[in-house]
Amino acid sequence: MAHAVERPKDTFRLSMLIYDTRYRSLTIQVIVFLLVMAGAAWLVDNIIRNLSALGKDFDFGFLGVRAGYDIAQRLIPYSQNSTHAMALLVGLMNTLLVAVLGCIMATIVGVMVGVLRLSSNWLVARLMTVYVEIFRNVPVLLWILLIYTVFTEASPAPNAFRPDPQTGEVTKTLFLGLFAITNRYTAIPNLQFEQGLGSLDLGLFSLNLTFAAVVVLLAIGLYVRSRIIRHATAVQHATGKRPQTWWKSLLVVFLPTILLCIALGAHFDLPVLRGFNFVEGLNVSNSLMALWLALSLYTGAFIAEIVRAGILAVSQGQSEAAFALGLRPRRTMNLVILPQALRVIIPPLISQYLNLMKNSSLAIAVGYLDLRGTLGGITLNQTGRELECVLLMMLIYLAISLVISSGMNVYNSRVKLKER
Amino acid sequence: MKKTVFFGTLTAAGLAAGLASAATLDDVKARGELVCGVNPGLTGFAAPDANGTWTGFDISLCRAVAAAVLGDGTKVRFVPTTAETRFTALASGEIDMLARNSTWTFSRDTDLALDFAGVNYYDGQGFMVNKALGVTSAKELDGATICIQTGTTTELNLADYFAINNMSYTPVAIQSNAEGEQQYLAGACDAYTTDASGLAATRAAFATPSDHIILPEIISKEPLGPATRQGDSQWNDIVRWTLNALVAAEEYGVTSANIEELATNSQNPEVKRLLGTENNLGAMIGLDADWAKRAISVGGNYGEIFSATIGESTPIGLARGLNAQWTQGGLLYAPPFR
Amino acid sequence: MSDTDAQSVFFMRDTMLPQVPPPAGQSGPVRWLRENLFSGWFNTILTICGLIALYFLLRGLLPWFAHSVWTADTLSECRQIIAAKWGPDATGACFAVVRERWTQWLFGFYPRHLYWRPVLTLVLMFVAMAPVLFPGVPRKLMIFSAIYPFLGFWLLWGGSAWVPLGGMAGFVLGYIAWRVLRENRPLVGILVAVVIALLWWLLLAGPVIDLFRSIAPLAIESVRSDRFGGFVLSLTIGVAAIAISLPLGIALALGRQSDMFLIKTLSVGFIEFIRGVPLITLLFTASLLLNYFLPPGTNFDIILRVIIMVSLFAAAYIAEVIRGGLAALPRGQYEAADSLGLDYFQAQRLIVLPQALKISIPGIVSVFIGLFKDTTLVIFVGLLDPLKGITDAVRASIDWKGIYWEPYIFVGSIFFLFCFGMSRYSMYLERRLKRDHR
Repeated sequence: MAHAVERPKDTFRLSMLIYDTRYRSLTIQVIVFLLVMAGAAWLVDNIIRNLSALGKDFDFGFLGVRAGYDIAQRLIPYSQNSTHAMALLVGLMNTLLVAVLGCIMATIVGVMVGVLRLSSNWLVARLMTVYVEIFRNVPVLLWILLIYTVFTEASPAPNAFRPDPQTGEVTKTLFLGLFAITNRYTAIPNLQFEQGLGSLDLGLFSLNLTFAAVVVLLAIGLYVRSRIIRHATAVQHATGKRPQTWWKSLLVVFLPTILLCIALGAHFDLPVLRGFNFVEGLNVSNSLMALWLALSLYTGAFIAEIVRAGILAVSQGQSEAAFALGLRPRRTMNLVILPQALRVIIPPLISQYLNLMKNSSLAIAVGYLDLRGTLGGITLNQTGRELECVLLMMLIYLAISLVISSGMNVYNSRVKLKER
Repeated sequence: MKKTVFFGTLTAAGLAAGLASAATLDDVKARGELVCGVNPGLTGFAAPDANGTWTGFDISLCRAVAAAVLGDGTKVRFVPTTAETRFTALASGEIDMLARNSTWTFSRDTDLALDFAGVNYYDGQGFMVNKALGVTSAKELDGATICIQTGTTTELNLADYFAINNMSYTPVAIQSNAEGEQQYLAGACDAYTTDASGLAATRAAFATPSDHIILPEIISKEPLGPATRQGDSQWNDIVRWTLNALVAAEEYGVTSANIEELATNSQNPEVKRLLGTENNLGAMIGLDADWAKRAISVGGNYGEIFSATIGESTPIGLARGLNAQWTQGGLLYAPPFR
Repeated sequence: MSDTDAQSVFFMRDTMLPQVPPPAGQSGPVRWLRENLFSGWFNTILTICGLIALYFLLRGLLPWFAHSVWTADTLSECRQIIAAKWGPDATGACFAVVRERWTQWLFGFYPRHLYWRPVLTLVLMFVAMAPVLFPGVPRKLMIFSAIYPFLGFWLLWGGSAWVPLGGMAGFVLGYIAWRVLRENRPLVGILVAVVIALLWWLLLAGPVIDLFRSIAPLAIESVRSDRFGGFVLSLTIGVAAIAISLPLGIALALGRQSDMFLIKTLSVGFIEFIRGVPLITLLFTASLLLNYFLPPGTNFDIILRVIIMVSLFAAAYIAEVIRGGLAALPRGQYEAADSLGLDYFQAQRLIVLPQALKISIPGIVSVFIGLFKDTTLVIFVGLLDPLKGITDAVRASIDWKGIYWEPYIFVGSIFFLFCFGMSRYSMYLERRLKRDHR
């Protein structure tokens, strides 16, 4: 009836670039590429023209110049004579410090609250719900400011811990004899070593050998522990009996470290009031405390929801099946529920960690000198190099984020359901 | 131009926006308003009231410039700038002039692409402490916790001062004067350091100002002045000479009360040139003849502005000190108008 | 024997026993307490801890709230009233500041006689969103939704109506061009539409608007951006950013799913970059760097610059939400579209996106909640956000110096109401959408 349509000739027409699916994607990509390149060229050209109009250049040389300002909290040696690059490092360490502390605390809070919200205890479950809803639905900036205000307005000055000059009466004493919460800082005991190992000068910064030794010992201990566990599993597979491991693990992980600490004369220096302030102990500034608590409580509320959702996501049948197999509740939890719940919990948990790290840039509200405060704040202002400073700051934050999220990807691919 | 700028943004991210010409004066005239970068809240120098109307020492200078250029001291838009964003705001053209108690320093004048247009307040960095602390000299502040605004020259001065005197201190970084006040009053720091004028302004707002003393040591020179973008000398001249006109007016006894009278029947040639009744000086900076007259009429001469905003009759209660006329032993010295 | 046996076995109650209430420990409040608060030692400890925490919380807060003062002119007057009424040592809240200044927190420095405009804009926003949110609303309203962004802009900033109309004309022209050309040359139609719209905005719009303005101004009082503050500012930035970021986010999500290497790379790069940096650095970019990226001398409003950066920020998050929606669509939907012979754009427009977007609405709402909370960060580039900006401005007046808790509580509760309401609504939507799918 119908003639077979002749196969179209393989000639190339210009319209095929758009209408032939073989070429279309190439065409589109070429166009997009050209547009992107043109856009980028336009931006770069604008930057160059703007910079030259202002008589500025694009140069990171300022990082090597003396900074000239002081930073109250520093994890590595720094003085006003150090360079801006050192100030950047100090800020970066401060960012990481509050992020790590915050993640730990937020996880503890979040797991506790998430589990308690599911508890059969009416009162506690309600209280936890109230906590989660209140903290989730109010800007984190408000929590930071509020907790900071609690510290500065509602806690006593260091002077209040002094005995009254007339009566000699002591009105305020250290909490448990260890801590003092004042409106400037929280004074806590400080770990000191009588015979420290000194420090090794590495040019850019110096390495505290005592600290390094402790870390190395702990790492070795953890490695040996993992070997012990692996051995125990192997024995279990071979004989069906699992040797006891917990005391061995504790021993290899902590004993060497404790012995080292004793050998080096580790002790805690308690805070003592002298002059204006508490000395001897470690004074943790209120800006750090407020930022840390606010970020932990705020993120904790989100983590609580994640944990709750994760536990609820494991269907009832799983635990019933485990019970039917005769597993005890604890083993059911460890072997059946947790592995499945964690698979649901971990990815959003990591993205909460990411959020916490990014939110730590709100340190600006309480004057905590983190990366934004040093590089993106004082350095930017003293040198007037906003382009370099902001770009560098973004790159550093981006790098931290990428490291964390690539960690998550590794985990995800490890726990992914192996589908057949 | 405002409309096209606004509109262009909505359409293609500013592509259609009118390109601002190199001359700030033309921009200001075309826009019909002066954009002035100010401190977001320093009582006496610049602060908005409940209705959003700005008043203060720095504000008066902006109004005088607006009056000189546009003929109306109310045609000013005040952009609150933080210590950290002020210079960028100026360099990027967001504001036309900066009147935000900024210190004139070498590197700011050269490296930051700013041009300072003179000094409207000679200041120095001081310390305020609570009387109860029993400190009478800054040399006794060893080990103290000190509140300090970030992004200012004060933190560099402070670091230098304590290093020279071999003392230690703990800086508490704060963002704004309001925050510094809160921290200081709560006792979160032993001492608050900033420009002495700022200290006085801050102390004036306290519930019991007499509980706090400003230590006698002034550890730096802080010539505060208005700044403009580099490379626009005409505009810089306008701001500079408006300031000079205010200063000169006080020297010659021209006040907002007698200015009309002097403009018509003054015999002093200097006053005549200032008020534009002789020699049209205004034309040389692109303005009309009675630019200075308008500038002075807005808030009065330098002395009147000073006493109305921060002088001894106000809660701030600053003495003229270095900011008196050179004839009175101060540093104010306007170059001649001729 | 058998008798006795029969006697003893054959007992049958012939009367009903009267109903007896359950034992005291198994009924009423006692039973409830036992089951819900004191089942087992662990729960008992938890309950006691909870009660102690509650006691300390209430002991601190209740008197403070109970002693609150609502009418006073200054903080010191407030303190005096509290001292006079409840004794010298009593503490009390001074909510008089809220009563005195609440308009400032809501409207910033927006002119007082024009308060109706932001309010109307907010009300109209719900009308504009109705077709999206409620299925029963007539589709005709979609036209209003399309007009709304321009109307809202005009109401908030004021000025001549020709400016937003001119902006809208670009879209209309582009749409007409596309309608005319789409029958035979769909791809060319899209290209031509974009080019025509751009040409209009860049070259023609300005003079044409000026012309119309000179004929009939059609102007209402214009309000400068620096008068914006408080919740008006927060909502403006939040809503505008979400509205702008939706199309961008859809494009990015589709780009991320695309087979084309370059487009996929660009989309992923953009999304990961934006999601990897804190919002505050983007705001600094808006305030410090944006001027470097634009032709020399270009300068525009900080609020608009912030809206641009916040939109880019939101677009990356929206893209991820929509990607989730796209992934949740069953494979069959894509295959069905292919088997109908639809091309890529038709398939996306008619089959994939309507479903994917619907699934994504709860996610978009939660992005909005996050964004709305994050608008408080604009204080760090000098805009007057309700939380810190306006609060600091209020505290700057000598009357209210030193008032800390009350403003935070007030602003916090407004944020809570907004965000809690929206999150509940999004949960309701989620439930409703789930039902639809079954």
